[in-house]
Formats: sequence, structure tokens, C-alpha cells
Amino acid sequence: MPFINVEAHLPGITGLLEYRKESAQPIRDLTQILLRGPSSLTEGERELIATVVSSGNQCKFCTTAHTAAADLLLGETKTAQSVKEDIETAPVSEKMKALLTIAKLTGQSGKLVSDTAIERAKSAGATDIEIHDTVLIAGLFCLYNRYVDGLSTALPDSPAYYDVLADRLVNHGYTRLPQGYDHLKK
Amino acid sequence: MAHINVPPGVPGIRSLVMFRPETGQYLYQLAQVLLRDESPISQADRELIATYVSYRNDCMFCMSSHAAAARCLYGEDEATVDEVLIDMQRAPVSDKLKSLLHIAGKVQILGKEVTQADVDAARAQGVTDRELHDTVLIAAAFCMYNRYVDGLASLTPPNREDYVEMGKHLATNGYVSPKPQTV
Repeated sequence: MPFINVEAHLPGITGLLEYRKESAQPIRDLTQILLRGPSSLTEGERELIATVVSSGNQCKFCTTAHTAAADLLLGETKTAQSVKEDIETAPVSEKMKALLTIAKLTGQSGKLVSDTAIERAKSAGATDIEIHDTVLIAGLFCLYNRYVDGLSTALPDSPAYYDVLADRLVNHGYTRLPQGYDHLKK
Repeated sequence: MAHINVPPGVPGIRSLVMFRPETGQYLYQLAQVLLRDESPISQADRELIATYVSYRNDCMFCMSSHAAAARCLYGEDEATVDEVLIDMQRAPVSDKLKSLLHIAGKVQILGKEVTQADVDAARAQGVTDRELHDTVLIAAAFCMYNRYVDGLASLTPPNREDYVEMGKHLATNGYVSPKPQTV
């Protein structure tokens, strides 16, 4: 049971973003630009960063949702699963391994992001903006994960929910649906 | 030295927002909504929650700047801020605010740490849905800001006096995004 009165048909973050739309707006805008805006990282790579951080924070809703979005964008399920298990043996580039490592460290504490971790990323060709965006995406998901679990939001009734959500995240993005979410009521 | 090429001499989050204003504008908008716009929790108490979480995350820049803002907003009760940082449970704040700070401290560890018992204790002090919501979201947001500021090793002035003017500015003007870097 959620700790506050959110709409019953909106699990996880979706009910919180409707609960207070004034605070939702900048959170949505920030997510849209970081995960869908112009970037030298692909949308799939950015979803992997969100997935790794959410997994580290043990947030089931966010981990499942962003794994599903990454799977849809990458066209396969192995990569997202692998990065959650072990970044170093996952089928991603050396640059992505370095960035995912920075994201994972950021998820634990900003202070853990060492010069060594940054040097590795730069040696593998990561730009300052890529490093910046990696740290900020990791920070943003520390917000989401704590918001979602700190208010004890509900998980969806059916795993199929995540496929619908991933389709929306890939084909619509993170901005609010213009018509709202009442059509999702059963 | 910051990990990325931010404008030299600019402290903390301001340097990062000048480096990437496209994302920075929303970070400032969020701070303004959470810490200054309408809420059943006073601006001073909200700054105190931000300070408490930043302190627990060991983020010197955010802790010092929000402590300075909170001291301004508390006025003659400015010592409250330091008393909360020394020992929250014995500080001269209401039991209701203590219950919210306790929950913010749980959120700082991990979202899952907040228990029904924590929420029941806050409810017994009259905490509403909105107060609970805003406390959790402020705490979560500072888990982002703290990681952003320290994860990129942004410039952190070392002395308490370095933050006095910053605190006055935040207390008076709120969260206004700095102008982008001019090259």
C-alpha cells in the first residue's frame, strides 16, 4: 500500500507524477532531455545507465521499467541483463563500461567517483558532456528510486504492464501524455 | 579540480549548470518548486530537510549553502540548523518536524528504508499526505544534487563564511538559474 493517496490505476512513479504536477514538470523535462535529447550516447545506452543505477538502488519498479525500455531500444534482452550482473563482462564497448562504472559509483555516493574512474572513461574516448550526463542521469535515478520506494508505491498487477510502459517511453518519451492517464483505468 | 571542464572559480552546482544550461534550467526549476513554492512545510523547514540530507550524504557544498539559506530563513532561531546537525532528536524543533527529518534520513539511505512504523509515527504528529510527499521528494532530490555536485568534483569552498552571501541570496531570491558561460 502506498504511504499517500495516489490513484490506484497508476503504479510506481506514474501515480507520484500525477499526485503533484508542479514538481513533476521539471523532473519530466530533465528526464526527457537527458534520456531522449540530442546526445552522442544512444537512447539505449542512456537507458542502460538508468537500469544499472536503479538495480543498484534495489528499486524493482524502475529497474524493470528501464530494463524493458533498454530491451526495446536495443532489440535484445541480453545486454541489459548483463550490465546488471557484471559490467566488465557485459557486451558493451570499453567506453560504456567506463561510463556505467561511473554511474554505479555515483549511485552509491558522488564521492566515490575517483580520478581513476574518470581517466578510464576519457582514455576510452568519453567526452566531458558524456561524463556529465552519465553522472546526472545516475543522480536523477537516485531521486526516482528513492521517490518511488520511499513512498512505498505499488507494483503493477501484471508483468505485461512494463511492455506497455516501455512502448510509451520509447515512442512517446518522458513528457506527460496530453490527454492524461484516465484511459488506463480499468 | 572538477572532473570536467567547467568555468574556473565558480563553486558547486552553479559551475555545472553553466557547463550544461540545457539540463541546469530544470534542476533550478525543481529546487524552486520544492523549496520555495507553495507547500504546507515552511521554507525554513524545507531548507533544513535539504541541509540534513546533504549533511548525511557528506556533501559539503550543498550542506553549507542550504544551511546558510536555512539560517537566514529562521532569523533569530538560526541556531536551530546547527543543533539539528549535531543531534536531530535533541534539537529544539517540533516532534512533527523530527518525524519528517527522520523519514528524510531514511530516504537518504535508501527508499526501502522508510517503514510503515516511520510513517505511522509521523501521522501521529499530524503529518499530512502532502507533507510526507514533499519531505520524501526533497530528500530524494538532494540525493541527486549531492551526487551531481560531488560526482563531478565541483569546486567546494572550505569555510563557513564562504557561504553566507550564497545563503542570503538563496533566502531572498530563491533558485534562479545562472547565466550560461559566455565564451
